[in-house]
Amino acid sequence: MLALTAVLMLAGCTGWQSAIDVQGAAAISIKQLIFLFVAVCSVVWAMVMAVLIRALWRGREERGRPADLDPQTERRMTRAVIAATAVTVVIVTVFTTASFFTTRALSLASHDDLTIKVRGQQWWWSVEYLSPPERRLQTANEIHIPVGQNVRLQLEGADVIHSFWVPNLAGKQDLIPGRPNTLTIRAERPGVYRGQCAEFCGLQHAHMAFLVIAEEPAAFERWVNSQQQSATDPSDADVIAGQQVFLSRPCAACHAIRGTSATGTTGPDLTHVGGRKYIAAGLLETTRGSLAAWIADPQTLKPGNNMPMVPLSADELRSVSAYLASLK
Amino acid sequence: MIGHMRILQVSLCIAVAMAGCQREERQLRLDPPVAAALDEIALMPNGISGAPPEVFFALGRPYETNAYNLSQGKRLYSWFGCKACHADGQGGAGPAFLDGWWNYGPEIVSIVASIRDGRPHGMPAFRDKMTTEQIWQLAGYVQTIGAYSVKTAAPGRNDDKHVRPAENRGPAALLFDEGPRPLHSDQGPRP
Amino acid sequence: MGFLTTVDHKIIARRYIITSFVFLALGGVLALLMRLQLAQPEARVLSPDRYNQIFTMHGANMMFLFAVPVMEAMGVYLVPLMVGTRNIAFPRLNAFSYWIFLAGGALLWIAFALDMAPDVGWFAYVPLSGPQYGAGKRADIWAQMITFTEIAALAVAVEIVVTVLKQRAPGMSLDRIPLFVWSMLVTSFVVIMAMPAIVFLSTSLILDRLVGTHFFNPAEGGDVLLWQHLFWFFGHPEVYIIFLPAVGMVSSIVETFARRPVFGYLAMVMALIATGMLAFGLWVHHMFATGLPRLSESFFTASSMAIAIPAGIQVFCWLATLWDGAPLFRTPLLFVIGFIVTFVIGGLTGVMAASVPFDTQVHDTYFVVAHFHYVLIGGAVFPLLGGIYYWFPKITGRMMSETLGKWAFWLIFVGFNLTFFPMHILGLAGMPRRIYTYQPDMPWYGLNMFVSISSLVLVAGFFVFFVDAIRSVRAGVSAAENPWDAPTLEWATASPPPSYNFAQIPVVNGLNPLWDQPACLMVASGLRTDRRELIVSTVAAANPQVPGGLTGKFDLAILGCSRDHRDADRVDLHAVGGRLGIRSSCSRIDRLVLAQGNARG
Repeated sequence: MLALTAVLMLAGCTGWQSAIDVQGAAAISIKQLIFLFVAVCSVVWAMVMAVLIRALWRGREERGRPADLDPQTERRMTRAVIAATAVTVVIVTVFTTASFFTTRALSLASHDDLTIKVRGQQWWWSVEYLSPPERRLQTANEIHIPVGQNVRLQLEGADVIHSFWVPNLAGKQDLIPGRPNTLTIRAERPGVYRGQCAEFCGLQHAHMAFLVIAEEPAAFERWVNSQQQSATDPSDADVIAGQQVFLSRPCAACHAIRGTSATGTTGPDLTHVGGRKYIAAGLLETTRGSLAAWIADPQTLKPGNNMPMVPLSADELRSVSAYLASLK
Repeated sequence: MIGHMRILQVSLCIAVAMAGCQREERQLRLDPPVAAALDEIALMPNGISGAPPEVFFALGRPYETNAYNLSQGKRLYSWFGCKACHADGQGGAGPAFLDGWWNYGPEIVSIVASIRDGRPHGMPAFRDKMTTEQIWQLAGYVQTIGAYSVKTAAPGRNDDKHVRPAENRGPAALLFDEGPRPLHSDQGPRP
Repeated sequence: MGFLTTVDHKIIARRYIITSFVFLALGGVLALLMRLQLAQPEARVLSPDRYNQIFTMHGANMMFLFAVPVMEAMGVYLVPLMVGTRNIAFPRLNAFSYWIFLAGGALLWIAFALDMAPDVGWFAYVPLSGPQYGAGKRADIWAQMITFTEIAALAVAVEIVVTVLKQRAPGMSLDRIPLFVWSMLVTSFVVIMAMPAIVFLSTSLILDRLVGTHFFNPAEGGDVLLWQHLFWFFGHPEVYIIFLPAVGMVSSIVETFARRPVFGYLAMVMALIATGMLAFGLWVHHMFATGLPRLSESFFTASSMAIAIPAGIQVFCWLATLWDGAPLFRTPLLFVIGFIVTFVIGGLTGVMAASVPFDTQVHDTYFVVAHFHYVLIGGAVFPLLGGIYYWFPKITGRMMSETLGKWAFWLIFVGFNLTFFPMHILGLAGMPRRIYTYQPDMPWYGLNMFVSISSLVLVAGFFVFFVDAIRSVRAGVSAAENPWDAPTLEWATASPPPSYNFAQIPVVNGLNPLWDQPACLMVASGLRTDRRELIVSTVAAANPQVPGGLTGKFDLAILGCSRDHRDADRVDLHAVGGRLGIRSSCSRIDRLVLAQGNARG
């Protein structure tokens, strides 16, 4: 079983949403703790099994009546049980201490370079960069952070409880209505890290993912500048038609596109939706085709989500997806 | 006698089952043809009262009796800014729902028409802001706020400040205003 | 009408056990449906709505309708027999508890059939289950089912406490109580202290939903986290409510099949009591991700890890017992060995999850799913199945098949580990719990398929078990009074026991009465036989105290007898004399009262 464990560990723990393939400061120190615990516990289990097997299949002389006990054996076994209990106490104490110091290391983060408010909603993530003031911006389902800097996340639950979890970077923290939480993350290496809601939050709990994209500071600055721009005015005829569809149909009632008359706040801000890697909270990669598929029938792709199925003609669908894809 | 009892029991079970299904079912995706059919309401010429399309009854009046649709309607009520004029049913710039008086009658079609097409004196049309299904869900919910006898599937309170009893406690029944207080003297029923 | 009105603890317990196993089978079907859905990414076998109902039903059903009731039912059947009395205390309350439990179970399953089952998780966190986000009657059904089943559990707990404390056979002082009875006593105290929290909780949820109170509404001064505190104040002890009786079963089975008394009786009892008390000090380890102050979280890390110490002591004592004993590899012992192998894994992963930083990575992932299935199936269902094989001859008068039993064991043991071990890895690979599907680009596909296929092996094992049980009721080999040569009192009467349990109440003078007095068991006489009269004894020493039927005059005799004491050849031992109602004359049971006088028995 230990061999099986090792094989499966290696097979299962790479990937972009893994607590073992770690790239963030907090996750790295937790991984060390995980390895310590798993190693010690494996040894403990192996020892218990060894004793069990020996106890079951050791050679022994006939016993007398069941109730007759040998005082010498009883004394020896008493000593053995006391020793084993003492070892248990020691291990538990070591574990508690190690756990305590890891907790302290995690919560003693230095100054924060960036503050981002993350609101969990059924079933997507609203992201608002708060400070420093020159970096204020609004987006959804995708969080860009600069590598090597502490990023403070203000976590708020807008409706029910959600949980913010990017295993490659840090442990999870709940978003609870009426009880704001904070979490500090720091990516040590650039990369795209997937996160997912970890607290059951209703019908589409399974499709409530987001990305944390850690970039070099220069790339991050470029991204901030582009995000702060309003949406560019379309020039292509098809795209212009798409914008008209978007603004005249129910889309604009729930979604905002800065620079247009669409100012809805119920759904995600779409000002730069074409530049995000995924749509619908990690459901589909952003392409014109997937945008069209999503708009055409959101309730088949993500049943129960709050985006209604808006009846659009084929032409309208084509142009509105072109428009959204153009919002880089 | 035993036969009768058996029949009674079986039919009771079926009735409960049917009621349970209708009330609790969650229809997450409305087929586009059904949505289009639901849009075909027949209104009286004065815009008050009328008949819902056949499909509404074929579906079992889902927007009046289904708990999920009513609670979705309640979310739409706040998402689409109804509170700005109607508050939590107490009214403001727009008429109240809680006093039990309906300017255009309490039928769901009138409410659907009010939301979809708008009404004089400031009620905007939501035709281009909401889908047909959403309009029906919202209408069912609005009807619930002002229902004089509580609907069996009415939603509970919100996690907000308590300003009136929740819909399932029949605030309209509690707050029913005997005297007529029509906001618009040219509309609505008179005693 | 006799069917409805019976108050015999054995008949009621049998019903309880059968009903619970029916719920186990139904819950297993739900688990299979979930595995079918999760075998592939973005599968469309179940809609998200149905999946949410199914996983909620699976959890609520297994916890409230299977695990807790079946453990209490084993207690209801065995405790009166093990302490040597005629019936459980408050027999009518006992009957009531079964019917209200059945009502709770029926409520949940009928709702499921009508597509209105709760869909908010077995933990039903607000606000998701609250009035605003829990549309319809679904969360109300969860809350009402909780109220029904917890009242049933409370009733049984009260009966068991009174039975153990006041109805023990003369001579069964506190240090002579069988370990299973100790575990049921501790469990019952835990039930009495934990269940009121959840009954309050389910009631306040219903009030919030239906009457518009604001217990959990932050805008009106309520608190969302209050729910989690109260739920886990009940929910964590709940684990021990399921686990402690199983520990008692393990002790019973180990001593019978290792052919020696359990090593370290006092340590075992202390470990049980310590577990019961610590159970109330670690609920916060379910809430490490909610953002509570770090210092208090560290306290709960320490207390959660501390519970490994009593658990460890028990494992060490069983190992010592097996070491010194002469193990007989019959099916019950196989299940106990399977228990030790798997429960130690579950315990160790529990220690891991008790650490705050570790838990923030594995909380609400499949790692935790694996952990608690190791604890609940490995730690409680394995001993339970062993216990069923062990006590089946007592309950039905027939043996279960050894061949099928070994098949069942190996299929369940192998299937269980293949199903649940990979879930540890899935959790560390980032797969959250309670998701109805996952995207094809996640690296979880292979392991999920493997787990789903393995679950078929597990199901096959349970199928063999059910076949064996049903077949053996009709066609099993007839069982003698004490087929395993076990030491405790339930084996001192016929299989199955008569409605009055013992023709004469036994008197014990040791921890293992049937081993200590192999040829002959002392019994008390002087009790009326024309009505149900029993002995009420003192709490600590189990001296006869008052006549149980409250008949006023009551005399006792200690009689030696042959093993089959129903046809006892009565021999007076020695006379001390005196009425039973007078306590002064019976300070020590060895010098107990005899009376000739006007004995009516």
